[in-house]
Amino acid sequence: MESTVKLTSGNLGKRKTRDNLFKSLVIAFSVITISPIVLIIYKLIEKGIRQISLDFILKTPPDTFQAMTALGNGELIPGGIANGITGTLIMVVLASAMAIPVGVITGIFLYENPGKPLANLTRNISDILQGVPSIVLGLIAYIWVVKPVTNGFSALAGSVSLSIMMLPMIVRSTEETLKMIPESVKEAALALGVPYYKVLLKVLIPTGFSGLLTGILLGISRILGETAPLMLTALGSSVVNLDITKPTSAIPLLIWEFYNDPNMVDLIWSSSLLLMAMVLGLNLLSKRIASRSK
Amino acid sequence: MNSDKITKAVLFSSSFLILIVAGGMIFSLAGGAVPAFKTFGLNFIWTNTWNPTEGQEHYGALPFIAGTVLTSMAALLISLPLSFSASLFLGEYYRGTKMAKVLGTMVDLLAGVPSIVYGLWGFYVLRPVLIAIGLPNQGFGIFTASIILAIMIIPYATSLSTEIITMVPAELKEAAYSLGATRMEVIFNVIVPSARSGIVAGYILSFGRALGETMAVTMLIGNANIIPESLFGTGNTMASVIANQFGEAEGLKLSSLIAIGLLLLLITGLINSLGKFIIKKMD
Repeated sequence: MESTVKLTSGNLGKRKTRDNLFKSLVIAFSVITISPIVLIIYKLIEKGIRQISLDFILKTPPDTFQAMTALGNGELIPGGIANGITGTLIMVVLASAMAIPVGVITGIFLYENPGKPLANLTRNISDILQGVPSIVLGLIAYIWVVKPVTNGFSALAGSVSLSIMMLPMIVRSTEETLKMIPESVKEAALALGVPYYKVLLKVLIPTGFSGLLTGILLGISRILGETAPLMLTALGSSVVNLDITKPTSAIPLLIWEFYNDPNMVDLIWSSSLLLMAMVLGLNLLSKRIASRSK
Repeated sequence: MNSDKITKAVLFSSSFLILIVAGGMIFSLAGGAVPAFKTFGLNFIWTNTWNPTEGQEHYGALPFIAGTVLTSMAALLISLPLSFSASLFLGEYYRGTKMAKVLGTMVDLLAGVPSIVYGLWGFYVLRPVLIAIGLPNQGFGIFTASIILAIMIIPYATSLSTEIITMVPAELKEAAYSLGATRMEVIFNVIVPSARSGIVAGYILSFGRALGETMAVTMLIGNANIIPESLFGTGNTMASVIANQFGEAEGLKLSSLIAIGLLLLLITGLINSLGKFIIKKMD
């Protein structure tokens, strides 16, 4: 009732002015909302681009003394972040290898058993898992892998924490994708007497492939930049390490190390630029795939 | 027939695995937290001490619970007008236009920026600005962390609110327009009331996000193991104290950090369930 009074009272001119004022406010606040992304990308490019070179991708970081000498001579800090790039790749591949099969299969289960108690429970639990802070996942992987399995910090532990992070996203995107496939497609295959697993592998998954891929790429872009869980699990390494049971570096871990070392601090911008390019590239790619398939 | 049974069994066991992982997480954290709770009892939760000195070790979670709630609340308040405006821009004023597409993509990109990059930006760009306007403690503290947190959670609240605002039936809005309502009046008298629970759920979920953010907060909050004296004081959150102190932790200290992790898991789980529950009730 109150609102009715508001509408009829006051003169039209005043109400129109207020309306315009509000619209300007919405536009202004919206611009403020997106300005950080512009400012962040600008800052990373401005400070980081001059350090990007082939060496930056192929070499390992200098020790702090080399960096100090280069700084003293006014030169660019030599070396690169090859150990971080390889570490990130190893851990992302391992995490994906664990999370994608389980996530896709669980997503299919949820899609096939919409009202069943176990499916509802799994869906709720997986939603809650998605909200678990990444640092807690680091603690979990520390308890599950670092202490009992690898007897020390390791890439394996890091990828376990990342895979738990990725899992619920893949479950959800798989279920949502499959829900959008017309029932008739599945029924047509079943009517031909095709075994159930073949319907899944040859009909449902190929039909929903771009949706699944979108979910997977978004999941990868989420875990690429994670730092906190890796500090508790992979720890870091100053050399390229390919043994998954040994401490391993990652790009975000290197950024953290550079940030804490006054001699190396110049390297944070180029490392962040590379990381952001990877994350945002995957992000935009997944969006493109999603919009093309619609 | 047989292959169908195998397929069903595989589907079933995979979803069962997720339940085991979730249950195992609580079980393992609780197991790791036992020494801390055995030594300090439930008092651990509301003890305002963090003393790692050997011989007189005493740990309590209160400073970090306070720091977490304060930073997340402040972040929520800062993000509120921004994400509300952005969702009106996307879901109402410029719905379906090219401009909305660009803005929407950029808001989504905010969600993609790694936490540590936000931390760097806060440290090197935002902090000098705050020092210049007279913030104490070298620009570190709850307030600085909250601003960055607010930027980080904007995309979550915005995307859900936008979705809900778009779903408000056109007939409702048209009815109000036909009575001579201005657009602003339609927004506050029609759209907001009918999208209310969805918007609230979006803010609850983004609050849940803020509770667990680690790196950016760790780099900006000042890392003092005390209850923050004010909005501009330094402190630590549950997530940041784990990141900070884990390196040299063992024994009772490690157990206390795991106990804080367990509390953090329970709190975020509760907040997220509440948000999801509200969304489910709307459908």
